[in-house]
Amino acid sequence: MTATALRRPRRLHAASVMLVLGMLLAAAAALLPIAIIVFTAFKPIAEVNAYPPTLVPGQWTLENFARIFEELPFARLILNSVVFAGGVTLFALLFDSLAAYALARIDFRGSRVLLIAIIATLMIPFQATLIPVYQLVADLGWINTYAGLIAPRAADAFGIFFLRQFFLSLPRDLDNAARIDGASEFRIFRSVILPNAVPALLTLGIFTFVNNWNDLLWPLVFTTDAEMGTITSGLTLLTGPGGIIPQGVMMAGSLIAVLPLAVMFLMIQRRFIESVATTGMK
Amino acid sequence: MSTTLHTPATRYRPPAPLGGRSSARPRSTRRSVLALLFLAPALVLLGAFVAWPMLSAFRLSFTDSSGFGRESWVGLENYARVFTDPAVLRALGNTALYAALFTPTAVISALLLALALNHPRLPLRGAFRTALFLPFVVSLAVAAFAWSYLLDPQIGLLNHWLRGGGIQLGNVLQDPTLAMPTVALVAVWKNFGFYMVIFLAGLQEIPASLREAAVVDGASAWQRFVHITLPMLSNTFAFVLIVALIAALQAFDQIYVMTGGGPFGSTQTIVMEIYESGFRELELGFASALSYVLLAITLLLSLVQFVFFGRREQDTQ
Repeated sequence: MTATALRRPRRLHAASVMLVLGMLLAAAAALLPIAIIVFTAFKPIAEVNAYPPTLVPGQWTLENFARIFEELPFARLILNSVVFAGGVTLFALLFDSLAAYALARIDFRGSRVLLIAIIATLMIPFQATLIPVYQLVADLGWINTYAGLIAPRAADAFGIFFLRQFFLSLPRDLDNAARIDGASEFRIFRSVILPNAVPALLTLGIFTFVNNWNDLLWPLVFTTDAEMGTITSGLTLLTGPGGIIPQGVMMAGSLIAVLPLAVMFLMIQRRFIESVATTGMK
Repeated sequence: MSTTLHTPATRYRPPAPLGGRSSARPRSTRRSVLALLFLAPALVLLGAFVAWPMLSAFRLSFTDSSGFGRESWVGLENYARVFTDPAVLRALGNTALYAALFTPTAVISALLLALALNHPRLPLRGAFRTALFLPFVVSLAVAAFAWSYLLDPQIGLLNHWLRGGGIQLGNVLQDPTLAMPTVALVAVWKNFGFYMVIFLAGLQEIPASLREAAVVDGASAWQRFVHITLPMLSNTFAFVLIVALIAALQAFDQIYVMTGGGPFGSTQTIVMEIYESGFRELELGFASALSYVLLAITLLLSLVQFVFFGRREQDTQ
């Protein structure tokens, strides 16, 4: 307790109450749409359409989950989401880290020009090149294939730049020692740099996976077959004109779409809170 | 370090810094080949799927291509259409309106919540942070499903609660004036947690000694906020602002789900227009011209961001 706190306890108390009330309100606003997804997913259809609407189901049911697998090839969509988001993440981590290694550790003619060129492409929004990329993927015969979904995103300028910065921050002595022992550059990359870059790779990997798992426009453009879409793009087929699918079924599909990322976040969050708590203790 | 100098086997030289002088010494071709091997997969992919499409879109933007058959050169016709066609001008205006609604709301709410989370007397800090960040893992499309249901005029829970409080919203997604604020709100809900976390990181970089010194000098909470927190946070603020603006320019997902650009084109944005003209009406030339307009605006904002980034890096050195 500081001296000011002791002098004016009542006013500070009121301010603290306001702070907590404000935060409770903000948290409620953040959680309401998530709560409606979770609760509605388990509501019988009669209750979903009943008036007045309620938040929590009176009776819990799994019928909405059974129906989402009837309305859509949902098992296939889950697989597609995993292959697409997972594939992009793995390839991008591999190719980005290889390129970043060359830019951070190998001195060669033109490295600066190349780095600037890569940073320049970082500013291009993918929406701006969507049409020629679509034409190229179509010419390759890759529409409705995993290759078409993954290949255009299998290298990423941001990832290269991000990993280069991280590699530069690793002490040179680490790889110089290996160089003296006669290790090849690839061996240094694989056995010295990558193991030391796990936190950066994790950060970039989570970022890439979440972005692709949640993307709508990309799978919408590169897949026309309902069997090749992702969970996100598949669910949009049920809305819009003619989409008279009960909300409970939509929310069951939405819950399945959100669940893997929510679980992943809650697991990472614990570590995140830990690191914040330790640095905040100083 | 001294062992490095004495060993002839080492070929390592530090890479050229981005802004520094390049070394005048000749570099071995072997190292260039080696570097190219490492770079090859990324360069091939970026070349094929970013660089070449950039050039291709530029060429397309001067043609009447439909993707099939013959295409002819139409000069600046597509660009002229971008700036004269009332529907396209409306989409540009709508995007500006969306950015004007989304950016300040998202950035300011993120800043306020980061300040609250950073407040020394806040209990359950971790739980609040988790709750506030959770919307960020929900896709915009799924957020759009949930909000559409919450706001449904008949069975929507939020609409029902608001009616109970005397607020008659009606069918917001069918209302030409309320549809745009609604789709912007959905994006604010999804993204504020992300900006909040960036602000939190910025806040934690402010040395505690500054605040303590101000407390000792008798500065009020408001004075500390205006004279310490805000100036120390200005770079973070500029960064978040530009990232949010660029995100606003690319608005698509929740609009596609909630309104499809309607009612009466009132939520039609640039990317919605690119998608529809490019992939539904197959006017590839026109869609490419519009893409280049989007690109030009984004590049302008990115350059501002880059300048700020450069300043940030210099500041920390």
